[in-house]
Amino acid sequence: MFFTAIDYWIFLEKAILILAVVSISLVIAMYATWAERKVAAVMQDRRGPNRAGPFGLFQPLADGVKLFMKEEIIPNVSAKFLFVMAPALAMITALMTSAVIPWGSSVHLFGRDISLQIADINIGILYIFGVISLGVYGIMIGGWASNNKFSLLAAIRGASQMISYELAMGLSLIAVLMMTGSLRLSVIVAQQSEGFFNWNIIYQPLGFLIFFICALAECNRTPFDLPEAENELNFGYHQEYSSMKLGFYLFAEYINMFISGVVMATLFFGGYDIPFVNEAAWGNHWWVALLGCGMLMTKALFFVFLFMWIRWTIPRFRYDQLMNVGWKKLIPLALINMVITAAVMLFFSK
Amino acid sequence: MQALTNRLKLVNRKPMTFVEKLYLWNILKGMAITFRHIFKRKATINYPEQKRTFSPVFRGLQVLNRDEEGKERCTACGLCAVACPAEAITMEAAERSSNETHLYREEKFAARFEINMLRCIFCGLCEEACPKNAIYLSQTFAPSNYSRKGFIYKKDDLLIPHPKENPDAYAKALGERKKITN
Repeated sequence: MFFTAIDYWIFLEKAILILAVVSISLVIAMYATWAERKVAAVMQDRRGPNRAGPFGLFQPLADGVKLFMKEEIIPNVSAKFLFVMAPALAMITALMTSAVIPWGSSVHLFGRDISLQIADINIGILYIFGVISLGVYGIMIGGWASNNKFSLLAAIRGASQMISYELAMGLSLIAVLMMTGSLRLSVIVAQQSEGFFNWNIIYQPLGFLIFFICALAECNRTPFDLPEAENELNFGYHQEYSSMKLGFYLFAEYINMFISGVVMATLFFGGYDIPFVNEAAWGNHWWVALLGCGMLMTKALFFVFLFMWIRWTIPRFRYDQLMNVGWKKLIPLALINMVITAAVMLFFSK
Repeated sequence: MQALTNRLKLVNRKPMTFVEKLYLWNILKGMAITFRHIFKRKATINYPEQKRTFSPVFRGLQVLNRDEEGKERCTACGLCAVACPAEAITMEAAERSSNETHLYREEKFAARFEINMLRCIFCGLCEEACPKNAIYLSQTFAPSNYSRKGFIYKKDDLLIPHPKENPDAYAKALGERKKITN
C-alpha cells in the first residue's frame, strides 16, 4: 500500500522546520529594522533608538504595536481585492524563497536523520529565481491597485528595474552553475564545504560582484531604491497603504534582504561551511549542524549589514543610469564572465 | 573680468578617469568614510537625562523676584509692560495694608501680574526696564502646555520660591543671578 509506505513523521519534521525558518526570518527582519536605524545613526554620528528597552531593543515591538493600532485606510477608488492582496503577496514571496535553502547539514535526532533543508529539490536555483520574479507582483499590483499616480509610477519603475536586473543576475549565476554542474542547492553547498578554497567566491569574484549588485536592485535597496524614492515619489508603491499592510511591505523588504544574504552566502560563500576548519571530522552531532547554521546566519547577517552600509553611504541612481548600468554594463559583463569561465573550464577540461 | 571676491573656485571639468568611471572604487572610498564615522564621538545629548548648559546671558522664562526676607519686590509700576514690545505683560496694582508688610516690600504691589507666554519674545526688555530688580529672565525653557490658557502665566507661576520657607528651591531658581541686590 502506498499510504502505509509514507513516513508520516516527515510531515511533523517539515512542519516544525518550516515554522522555525519562517519565525526566524520574521524575527531577523524585525530586528533588521532596528539594526537599520542603528547603523544609520552611528554612521551619522547619532545614537539611534535607545529609549525602548536596553539599547532600544524593544523598538521593533513598539513599532509593530504601533502599526497594528493604526487606522486601516483603503482608498475608495482603489481596486479593493488587489489592494488587500498585494502586501500579502509581497510577504509570501519574500518568505517562500527560504524553502530550498540548506540551513545546515543533517541532524541525527530521535533515531532519524533530519535534513535542515525544507525541500531539497533538484531545481533549487530555478525555484529561487521563479519566486523572486513573483516578488515584483507585490509591488506592481500594490502600485496599480492604489489608483495613485505616484504609486503607479513606482510600480512601473519597480517592474522594469526587476526585469532588467534579473537578467544579469541569472547570467552571472550560469558561470557558477557551470562549475558546480547542479541546480540543487545542497550539492552546491556540499561542493564548497571542503574548505575555504573551494568557495565559489574564489573562482567567481566577478560573478559575485554582478550578483551582489543585482541583489541590491532586486531588494529595492539604495542605490537602486527607485520604486520607493521618497523625495520623488512620496514613498512609491506603498504610499496609499497604512497600518499593518504598510508594515507587511516594509517587513517584506527586510525579509528579502535577509534571504538574499542567505542566498549569496549559500551560492558563493560556502553556505553553512565554517571556514578554515574541517567540521566534517567532528562527526554527525547536532551541535555541529547548529554551529554550521549559525555560521550561515553570520554570513547572511554580514550581507544585511553590507546592504545597510551601502544604503547610508551612496545616493540613488538616476533612472537612465539605472537602466544603463543594468543593460549596458552588467549584462555584457556577466556574458563575458560566462564565456571566460567556459573557456577556462574547457581548457582544463575539468 | 575681475573677480569680486577671492573665493573664486574653478570647476573641475576633466573627463572621468577609468577608475572613476568604474564607480566601485569611489563607492568603496565612500564606504570607508561612513565606516570611520561608526567610531566617532556622537554629537547627541541625551536630553532629559543630560542637559546642555546655556550661556550666562541666556534668556528663558521670567521670574518675579523676592528680596532676602521673602518680600515681593514688584511695585506694579508698569514700566515692564510699557517696555514690552510684544505687549505680553498685564498687571493690576493694589495698596498694601498694614498686616501685609511681611509680604510686600513697598506700599504698592501687584495684585495681578500676568505674562502671556505665547506673546513673549524673551527679549529681556522687561528686565532692563525694571527699576526694582523685580523681574528677570531665568535659564529655564518655556514648558509645554495643552491649552492657550495654560500659557498665560499668573503670579503663582512666576514668583520665585520663598527664600526662608524653601531655601533650596529659591537658590535653584536664583541660579546665576545671585549678584542682584536691592
